[in-house]
Amino acid sequence: MEESGSVDSVESLCSSTTTRSDRSSGPRVSDTELRSKGKATERIYKDPSKGELPLLPEELVQDSAKDVTYICPFLGPVRGSLTVTNYRLFFRSTDREPVFQLDLPLGVLSRVEKIGAATSRGDVSYGLVCKDMRNLRFVHKEPEDSLKKSVFEVLMKFAFPVSNNMSLFAFEYKQVFPENGWKVYDPLAEYKRQGLPNESWRISKVNDHYELCDSYPAALFVPVTITDEELRRVSSFRAKGRIPVLSWIHPESQAAVVRASQTMVGQNGRRCKEDEKLLQAIMDANAQSHKLFIFDARPSVNAAANKMKGGGFESEDAYQNAELVFLDIHNIHVMRESLRKLKEVVYPNIEDSHWLSNIESTHWLEHIKLILAGALRIADKVESGKTSVVVHCSDGWDRTPQLTSLALIMLDSHYRTIRGFQILLEKEWLSFGHRFQQRVGHGDKNHTDADRSPIFLQFIDCVWQMTRQFPAAFEFNEYFLITILDHLYSCLFGTFLCNSEQQRLKEEVPKHTVSLWSFVNSQLEEFVNPLYVHYPSHVLFPTVGIRHLQLWVTYYIRWNPRMRPQEPVHQRYKELLAKRAELQKRVEELQREAANRTATSSSERPGSPTRSITPVQTFV
Amino acid sequence: MLSLGSVGAKSTKPSFVSYVTPEEIKLEKEPPKKEIHPDLLPGEVEFCSANPILKYTQDDLSQRGIFGTLFCTNFRITFISDEISQEETTKTFQNKLYGENDIPLMCVDHIYGVYDEKRKLITGGLVKNKYPSKMIIHCKDLRVFQFCLTYTKEEDAKRIFHGIVHHCLEEKSLKCVFAFSYTWTPSPEMQRKQETILFDSPEDWTQEMKRTKANCRLVTENENFDLSQRLPKYFVIPSALGDLFSYQGKGFPIWCWSHHSGCALFKASLPSVTQEDGDIQKHVDIMINAVAHNYLYSAKTEDLSESLPTIQDIQQSYNKFKQFFLIENSTDFWLSDMKWFSSLESSGWLDIIRQCLQKAVEVVECLEKENTNVLITEEEGTDLCCVISSLVQIMLDPYYRTLMGFQSLVQKEWVAGCHAFLDRCNHLHQKDKECHSPVFLLFLECVWQLVQQHSPAFQFSETYLTVLSDSVHVPVFSTFLFNSPHHRESVMKAESPLAQSSQLSCPTVWDWSVQFDSKAQNFFFNPLYSEKVKNERAVRKPHKLKHQRQLSLPSTAFKTPFKKGFFKDETESLKKMLRVKRLSRWMGSPDSTAAISREFYESWQQRPLDYHGLLLPCLDGPAVRVWMQRYLRWIPEVHILGGGSMAVITKIMELLSQVQDLKRVLEQRDSSQAAKLDHRPYIQHRLLSFGSSGRLSSSFPFSYSRNLSFKPNIPTGLMQCLMVTDSLASQEDEASSFVSLV
Repeated sequence: MEESGSVDSVESLCSSTTTRSDRSSGPRVSDTELRSKGKATERIYKDPSKGELPLLPEELVQDSAKDVTYICPFLGPVRGSLTVTNYRLFFRSTDREPVFQLDLPLGVLSRVEKIGAATSRGDVSYGLVCKDMRNLRFVHKEPEDSLKKSVFEVLMKFAFPVSNNMSLFAFEYKQVFPENGWKVYDPLAEYKRQGLPNESWRISKVNDHYELCDSYPAALFVPVTITDEELRRVSSFRAKGRIPVLSWIHPESQAAVVRASQTMVGQNGRRCKEDEKLLQAIMDANAQSHKLFIFDARPSVNAAANKMKGGGFESEDAYQNAELVFLDIHNIHVMRESLRKLKEVVYPNIEDSHWLSNIESTHWLEHIKLILAGALRIADKVESGKTSVVVHCSDGWDRTPQLTSLALIMLDSHYRTIRGFQILLEKEWLSFGHRFQQRVGHGDKNHTDADRSPIFLQFIDCVWQMTRQFPAAFEFNEYFLITILDHLYSCLFGTFLCNSEQQRLKEEVPKHTVSLWSFVNSQLEEFVNPLYVHYPSHVLFPTVGIRHLQLWVTYYIRWNPRMRPQEPVHQRYKELLAKRAELQKRVEELQREAANRTATSSSERPGSPTRSITPVQTFV
Repeated sequence: MLSLGSVGAKSTKPSFVSYVTPEEIKLEKEPPKKEIHPDLLPGEVEFCSANPILKYTQDDLSQRGIFGTLFCTNFRITFISDEISQEETTKTFQNKLYGENDIPLMCVDHIYGVYDEKRKLITGGLVKNKYPSKMIIHCKDLRVFQFCLTYTKEEDAKRIFHGIVHHCLEEKSLKCVFAFSYTWTPSPEMQRKQETILFDSPEDWTQEMKRTKANCRLVTENENFDLSQRLPKYFVIPSALGDLFSYQGKGFPIWCWSHHSGCALFKASLPSVTQEDGDIQKHVDIMINAVAHNYLYSAKTEDLSESLPTIQDIQQSYNKFKQFFLIENSTDFWLSDMKWFSSLESSGWLDIIRQCLQKAVEVVECLEKENTNVLITEEEGTDLCCVISSLVQIMLDPYYRTLMGFQSLVQKEWVAGCHAFLDRCNHLHQKDKECHSPVFLLFLECVWQLVQQHSPAFQFSETYLTVLSDSVHVPVFSTFLFNSPHHRESVMKAESPLAQSSQLSCPTVWDWSVQFDSKAQNFFFNPLYSEKVKNERAVRKPHKLKHQRQLSLPSTAFKTPFKKGFFKDETESLKKMLRVKRLSRWMGSPDSTAAISREFYESWQQRPLDYHGLLLPCLDGPAVRVWMQRYLRWIPEVHILGGGSMAVITKIMELLSQVQDLKRVLEQRDSSQAAKLDHRPYIQHRLLSFGSSGRLSSSFPFSYSRNLSFKPNIPTGLMQCLMVTDSLASQEDEASSFVSLV
């Protein structure tokens, strides 16, 4: 019984975050969604008059209000009731058929504010700004009893638990899944898959207790010729102690992808001979090439400006045989601004006649192009040039993981599988300290914080662009990517909490929360791309021309009911696969039957079958 | 510092010669061993040739080339490499009439000459003794060829250049078009397959009326074009319309299609109603009245020349638009990539497509939701009327989404419907710019939008549309060569003594076996097409008449309350109402029309999608897209090796063939059924033995990636790409290091 109970919640969980809520009836949604949503609604709303809320384990209703009006930008005002729990906001219409509902985790809220003063009728208006590209607006009567809190005040409390000294819902959520997602990534197993350690690369225990670098993982791979002592010296020369360490090694050429942060050259041009030695050792570890490429993700102007603040980049004088390339990717503030503009352009209304120039003015796709182009150059150097590369930006936790993980997806087909992609995220993003807490601002009401930036979203967008260009090369589908993004904000799972591996250990995140991968891997079929073909040695070189980049409509504009997605190709392919399996089974049956018949009754006339077989209905 | 690595320099194919050291290379070259000649088509004559000519290959960053001979014939310009074909790529999609190094003369769009590093547009009427060092040819199918003329003898170079310019750019007579020299023998395969309804006989029209349950009148009085030369030989009019000869010289409504409710779509060549001429007014009133009589006494008219762009607008916009795809080198490509979206928008081409689709949706709404007769008019009645009426029929009638249905529709509305292909496509290079316009291409563009949004509803693929758009410029087919059936008949009669036999005959474009073998034709079919399951038999039978009409909407979806008999005996008041309707222009400002059809679209969208029912396009900004296959297929920078939609299509085709194989196995086991089931005239998805289909380029089946070296296209000049000038760019990543952010 427990088993089925958990499945139940899996479905409702699914529906809670990824359904297109701004749609009164949900026709022709993608099949995966249909299944999850359809079932969930059916089960939960057996009695629609009651409108019961599907609660997750440990989820508690905090407050609810009747007679709230949701000002839907697509449908107009919708009247209904609003419920706030410690996990979600749930709105259900009472004035229309089919029932309209909104169901979103409080984690997606970045800001809740009262708009204007109460009107003469006692109505107050609240605006909710969400991290997932939408804004919601509600109007409701201020309670006459001034002692009673408005439902929105309750909402503010639970939407920003961190600011209110409460814990995130992920720490309360106790769902048991058949698989434990925290076990997906085992660093040593992953490096072993790459053939490490080997004669050139060793594992160093220097960061076992995060003393060398608190934002790096415990397990670090470095050239065998460099001692731990030398690594400590290097760490003082690299920003935040983020020394050059191995990220990936080419199985044939031994060309390595190494990541780091900027060098602390400063205005005086400081040098560090251990750092120079380390880079030389990285170059020497690859016998195929006597060169090393250093990719600095920043525009050269910004890299130079960093010298004023003690940072900088490797000079080609100090680093023999190294070539420095700037990739011209802008910083987190530019990206945040770009996304803000994008939201203005796509939500709620799209201006048809100026759509293209509006999109251009956001620069969003140009940033995507630059990131993909950077990753492409890295992958090209490693694959075609058989040369090792070092990638860094300023701190090595934003642009660097974007570039390394995209390059790795291009180079290594393992990372294009569902589990491989999870490992990639765990490794390049989580263990190497992309500051998720700061960039996303989980449960933090300070929405103007300058640390917020859609770096991870940009990376997922780049992956999506690649899945569009190579529809058969990825094991996962679009729904998988959207699910990851939805749970980036939901605070339901522990996966994207905290800023580093050290913090996650300190907070005992794996012990007290559920991993997103537990949820995903317990219903994998939802996330499988039926077109997937596994070509083990294929390297993907995407086209980065803006002509081939598209705005991810099914993510950024998914709240607009007119932009309904259609996935006929996948659906058709699934149908065909089923058809083939059916036919194969049939052929086998017949063969068996035929064999039996010849064995038993040889006297029967061979031309006429004993029973007529109805031809299989086909859509072909 | 552009770090391209050593890859570019490494490829040492003997056929690729850097043009930086041309003198040396010329010395190294052996004298041509043997005269090379192109394989001529029957009736094709070689005019002139030159050797050695250097043809630049585009798929390389450095400008490299390949030596060979350039020919000009009465059909094409062709380049034959000196090298014996390097790699025998067995091409699954080879055009039998022209190959990748052939340019049919009609397909030449512009020729540029490079004189002393300066590019000049060649317009004909040349200075006799000058010829450029380099000749750049832009084709109507968007290929770009660059030939270097400096290595060949001066007189050869002059002759070939002048020859090409003369045959491609000078105004010529229709007689000179290759179709009249082409001696073509119909293949037996083709005759079997004559399934497209040509609408050149009364029977075709009667059948079509029967199929759509129309109750209109077939007109045969124009058999000898006595009524008008600008009218089809046969056509259908509202049955209320009396003696046509009394309206001679004036337009009248021509029936296009009938909705299952009984209301119908008509088109007419009528002058703009704004004219205050009483006679014209009266005539127009009679016409509208006749249309209204067709069903329930209601009619709406729409003057397309008022609400849609003119054909000159269309021409201008397309001229701007196509420039973005005629790319001569990599640097140009990456430069134009930067302002891609705003350039697209400034051409206005996508907006014109949107407007046409929008108008078609409005007409569909009238027919489907309000069940009113609709009369669309324009001055000529054969341009935008054809676009809109065809689109409406595709949206409403699933039959036109099959391959044969679509071809019949083009015949009905465009070929028999008197679209002036010869003038609009400017096949004869006339200087008069007024009448050229890619109207038919605009229609194909609109269809492509529908295909990409609702792929399973169409039996044909985007490859089919692309090939069809190319075929317009192949001077072999009679389909796109004339201005009207009358024009066609008179020319054919006049030209026939020249040809050997009694009646000159050109193939129609629908005889695809002229261009492609049956394997290649498989790419015309959409593997995602969801065929109607119930009347599977009926659909598959070649005889189109059996095709059952479906109610395009299940149940009483949007039906407004029926006003049956409301107008019945009120002829007087009807006239008044009609006039009011017509003058008030049926829908007010453009804003409100958009809002109204928005509602129509949304209510349709909320119903479960039936691929065999009504189909509406989404017209919001992101939904109207560039026809990537047609426009990007020749640009190596955007080829995705091992990717693109072709990867999906080929995979699905593979799977389909597996399913069919299995079915065949089943059928063989069940011999009594086998005979019945094996009638599958088309789509034998068995061609797909690509081995590693994972490595096909996204431009397949059009251009084949030559460079097997497989290297990525890295953009050049990234720095100019994105100059973020505001203060954010110079901020540090760590917000903590500075004070505050408002």
